[in-house]
Amino acid sequence: MTSTALEFWTTPLGWTLITVGQILLVVIGVLLSLAFLLLADRKIWAGVQMRKGPNVVGPFGLFQSFADFFKFVLKEIVIPSGADKVVFIAAPLISFILAFGAWAVIPFAPGWVVSNINVGVLYLFAISSLGVYGIIMGGWASNSKYPFLGSLRSAAQMVSYEVSLGFIIITVILLTGSMNLQTIVEHQAGGFWNWHAFALPTIIVMFPMMVIFFISALAETNRPPFDLPEAESELVAGYQVEYSSTPYLLFMIGEYSNIVLMCAMISLLFFGGWQAPFPTPFLAAWSPTAVSLFGFLWFAIKIVFWFFMFAMAKAIVPRYRYDQLMRLGWKVFLPTSLVAVMLIAAWRVFGPQA
Amino acid sequence: MDLQAIAFYLLAAVTVISGFLVITARNPVHSVLFLIMAFFTAAGLFVMMGAEFLAMLLVVVYVGAVAVLFLFVVMMLDVDFTQLREGFARYLPIGMVVGGVLSVEMVMVAVTVAANGAAGKNAAPAAPVADLPNAEAIGRVLYTDYIYFFQAAGLVLLVAMIGAIVLTLRHRPGVRRQNISDQVARTPASGMKIVQIKSGEGLSE
Repeated sequence: MTSTALEFWTTPLGWTLITVGQILLVVIGVLLSLAFLLLADRKIWAGVQMRKGPNVVGPFGLFQSFADFFKFVLKEIVIPSGADKVVFIAAPLISFILAFGAWAVIPFAPGWVVSNINVGVLYLFAISSLGVYGIIMGGWASNSKYPFLGSLRSAAQMVSYEVSLGFIIITVILLTGSMNLQTIVEHQAGGFWNWHAFALPTIIVMFPMMVIFFISALAETNRPPFDLPEAESELVAGYQVEYSSTPYLLFMIGEYSNIVLMCAMISLLFFGGWQAPFPTPFLAAWSPTAVSLFGFLWFAIKIVFWFFMFAMAKAIVPRYRYDQLMRLGWKVFLPTSLVAVMLIAAWRVFGPQA
Repeated sequence: MDLQAIAFYLLAAVTVISGFLVITARNPVHSVLFLIMAFFTAAGLFVMMGAEFLAMLLVVVYVGAVAVLFLFVVMMLDVDFTQLREGFARYLPIGMVVGGVLSVEMVMVAVTVAANGAAGKNAAPAAPVADLPNAEAIGRVLYTDYIYFFQAAGLVLLVAMIGAIVLTLRHRPGVRRQNISDQVARTPASGMKIVQIKSGEGLSE
């Protein structure tokens, strides 16, 4: 490449083009992997119930998600006459945009990140706390009883579980001393015994914290066993009752994108992100692209592992009752994670690394 | 073309417009939604100034938690729009006085800042601004020079929290609550009674 061509990428126009390109790459990559993760979710669920699951469209039903996509897009968009039209349409858009906006700070491999900001973890936390707006707005704008009840449940549930999620994130920040996701991942280099979930001696606190983070992530993404906002036996489909066609599709993709994002977050915070589970001194001889691909492979494997756990939780755990959900969030997780923050802070101040 | 200037004017315009719409929107839920948009774009302006930590805190605390509860309450209100507009003329003078005082104050602050620079004639901020990340720079000042103020602010919040709990906590008698340890500790022996009944007699306590 000539020097003039290189200079072009540092001009404002070139920078804009390159950033837009990166964003498109991430969004399309996430969308495509979502299509297959969605199928995996249904297949795992079917397997647990000794069914075959979707197996008609394409080999092993691989193209089922694409068929569903076209079905949703080609249907008519129905807007109830009593609905607040602008908010009704804006709600799924907000859900969808926020779910993909969060991927901007996820480091997929060394250096592979759209925006490497210093407050990356906080950004993820902030965006995931905004996700509740899509649901509240959708439920309210539908101007109907069931969606409204569903959105109120969801608001209370997500705000409650965010508190313990925040405290667990603080323990990781305390251990790393940074809120930059790249630094957090680099801190866990050199084998799975250095990952935050397994590192000695903090494993006593951090492994339970990982489990609590996983359960809170289930609640935060409204997944079973905490899918009360859309509990079909009580609220029909909760906040989604009045939605059809593309707006419903946007809600569903946003929801699944959030689930995969939570899987990525657990991998980054507790499972070493792109780090391989064994020491990798041989990487020094590899080219940077090969090293990045190697890291990306491990990150993808970890995300798929956590997604499998999400799917298994959906398949085998019965739904919680609402008071039990609140009790778990406020009376069990909140005190536990608060104690964990104090323990980790004490370890950082009085421990051997102090 | 300066990208930063474009971003600034875009964010600033959206902030001002949505701030204006907060007070002019007829539907209170729309007002709250515009308020949330104003918060969010204000966070964007913070990022433009290099205060990314504060921006994220603004989003997490105000947009992610406070405004959700706000929206929650406003949505539950049964609003009668004609009744809302009845009092408009009556409260207009008070509103104008408050608005006037506020705008005079803001103009005075703006003039002072324009004349003396930010923080007036005070000494330069104690934070070492060098290459420290935002959060660290704030932490170094907050937990050293201003530790007493910081703790006092925490105490105020604690008192407010306890106050809210005391005001709303009611112990109603006769409410059946789930006790999970009791449920788990139940055995067949303690939870079941086998009774022999002669046919045709029924069961009496």
